[in-house]
Amino acid sequence: MSGKVLLRVEELVKYFPVMSRGILLKKMMGFVHAVDNVTFSIEEGRTLAIVGESGSGKTTTAKVILNLEPPTSGKVFFEGRDVYKVFGSKDEAEALALRRQMQLIFQNPYSSLDPRMTVFDIISEPYHIHGNIPKEKVTDYVYDLLKMVGLEDYHAERYPHEFSGGQRQRICIARALAVQPKFIIADEPVSSLDVSIRAQILNLLSDLQAKLGLTYLYISHDLSSVRQISHEVAVMYLGKIVEFAETNELFNYRIHPYTQALISAVPIPDPKKRTTRIILEGEIPSPITPPSGCRFHTRCQYAMELCQEKEPTLDETRRGHFSACHYNSKFY
Amino acid sequence: MGNEGLLQVSGLRTFFFTEAGVVKAVDGVSLHVDKRETLGLVGESGSGKSVTALSVLRIVPRPGRIVEGRIEFDGQDLLAKREDEMRGIRGSSIAIVFQDPISSLNPVYSVASQLTEIIRLHQRIGKKEALEKAIKILEIVGIPEPETRIHEYPHQFSGGMKQRVAVARALACEPRLLFADEPTTNLDVTIQAQVLDLMKGLKSRLGMSMVMITHDMGIIADMADRVTVLYAGQVFENAPTKALFDSPKQPYTEALLAAVPRLDQKRTLRVIPGNIPNLIEPPPGCRFHPRCRYAIERCTNQIPTLEEVEPSHTVACHRWRELELTGGTVA
Repeated sequence: MSGKVLLRVEELVKYFPVMSRGILLKKMMGFVHAVDNVTFSIEEGRTLAIVGESGSGKTTTAKVILNLEPPTSGKVFFEGRDVYKVFGSKDEAEALALRRQMQLIFQNPYSSLDPRMTVFDIISEPYHIHGNIPKEKVTDYVYDLLKMVGLEDYHAERYPHEFSGGQRQRICIARALAVQPKFIIADEPVSSLDVSIRAQILNLLSDLQAKLGLTYLYISHDLSSVRQISHEVAVMYLGKIVEFAETNELFNYRIHPYTQALISAVPIPDPKKRTTRIILEGEIPSPITPPSGCRFHTRCQYAMELCQEKEPTLDETRRGHFSACHYNSKFY
Repeated sequence: MGNEGLLQVSGLRTFFFTEAGVVKAVDGVSLHVDKRETLGLVGESGSGKSVTALSVLRIVPRPGRIVEGRIEFDGQDLLAKREDEMRGIRGSSIAIVFQDPISSLNPVYSVASQLTEIIRLHQRIGKKEALEKAIKILEIVGIPEPETRIHEYPHQFSGGMKQRVAVARALACEPRLLFADEPTTNLDVTIQAQVLDLMKGLKSRLGMSMVMITHDMGIIADMADRVTVLYAGQVFENAPTKALFDSPKQPYTEALLAAVPRLDQKRTLRVIPGNIPNLIEPPPGCRFHPRCRYAIERCTNQIPTLEEVEPSHTVACHRWRELELTGGTVA
């Protein structure tokens, strides 16, 4: 736990403006509170998972960290350097060098590969942009990468449509690794794959982490895969982190009522463990007008008056285990 | 479980005649569903689970065609029915809920007209009465304020609510058999829990049978009484749910159980190598042999047939007697 912090996110906020319809008189209707005051850090060589349902702000968090969406406020530090200062500065070489360190793997390997490029072109393109290795060595590196992600040499000359979903995701991983990054954000990398293929990719990600010392931010709604791959977990609900702990700690001592419901909702592949689930009422509320006080109070079975009025803070309830609930002490 | 049969599919072959060749999507599938039972139909994409359901309803899209087989529903031979007779069965006796409610509901008609259409198609009642009935069904599937919401259009509902409308539509005429084709795959887990809970409740309330089509072993463990495992268009194993998880007899079933991450434990995932086979030229012999860790020479050239392990448990594997496979329930 006391390794070197690679990435630190401080009070990150991202609001999207909502405009009224119309051509002439567009009015600002309000804001989507996509990410609201999120703070966390990831140590080198470890995996932090962000879990949450659709609309919880997990993907926006990833995009804002990489400055693909500019933040509304907040800071991100990568190896102690202020990321937004680097991306905002005139020094493009420095910004590019930082980009090299932080790579992204997308959910859908069908739309994230250019159908007109061969696998060789796809994987070697980052080299041409970043120039991180000498030109004459590029071919060797590409073949090394293919091998590393479990593909064969002859795959290099083929086009993306000739591959299955799992193989395409391997190509995406190879492309991300091409520039020798330290940090990879994987946004739902296995959710569009078949079950028998998911394990291949999850194992590959773990193996690569052990081999290359990579640090991952793993974004998913699938709690089973999160348990499998991550060291720490942050649970997000409506733009806020509601619980944060080491993976085993979190699954063994779920404190926040939302985490409890989320975990109990996942069907376990064991007919002997048919348990009564906590069924949440209703759906995730609109992030344009999030509920007052605790954002979860509209669906929480334990909600009291205080929950509607006052927003809970993320407090350490057990060692290294943070939960944002007024009644933390009741739940562990 | 009453052992009265409701649906009996035998030797079903449904092929797709494409330009690239004949895709043998369903290649000799036999299965049965008893009254009031939930059958889990497990398989990955391309295993033929959806096409099996579409075949029973006789709504296989072109260039697909049922080539061979027998489908018997409540003593009637469905493949011998005329199209207008089938139309009387679809929706009223056998219904289906699809994976994607966005594309299965018509966006230009209100929920009211989509529900009353089905009710009035199968029952001789007036518009007003049908609307009342539709409102009642929406209430049953847990849509708040059904009297006002029934006049809204699909896009005004959220994903979970749309799927509830789709379930309502399928149940509008109280079918005796419901196919649920990955009904929760597009939904968030907390919403999935709501919908699964709803379907369980409705099933026992209406006393119907259900075929739960999914690739999620968790949903199978939770919902199914009995399971049929499909691979590349063929049945690999049939067993009561508990037996399947405790002592699978087919290496593919074992591999599937060992490859899924589990919430209740962290373990090394055992990878199934390779990919799902091409169904135009499926592998000879056992279709799983190129990916099977136990494959021997016989598996590469001889097609295994379903053999009886126990009266309720059948398996298609040459080596099931000698292999000691591990189940998914070991802690």
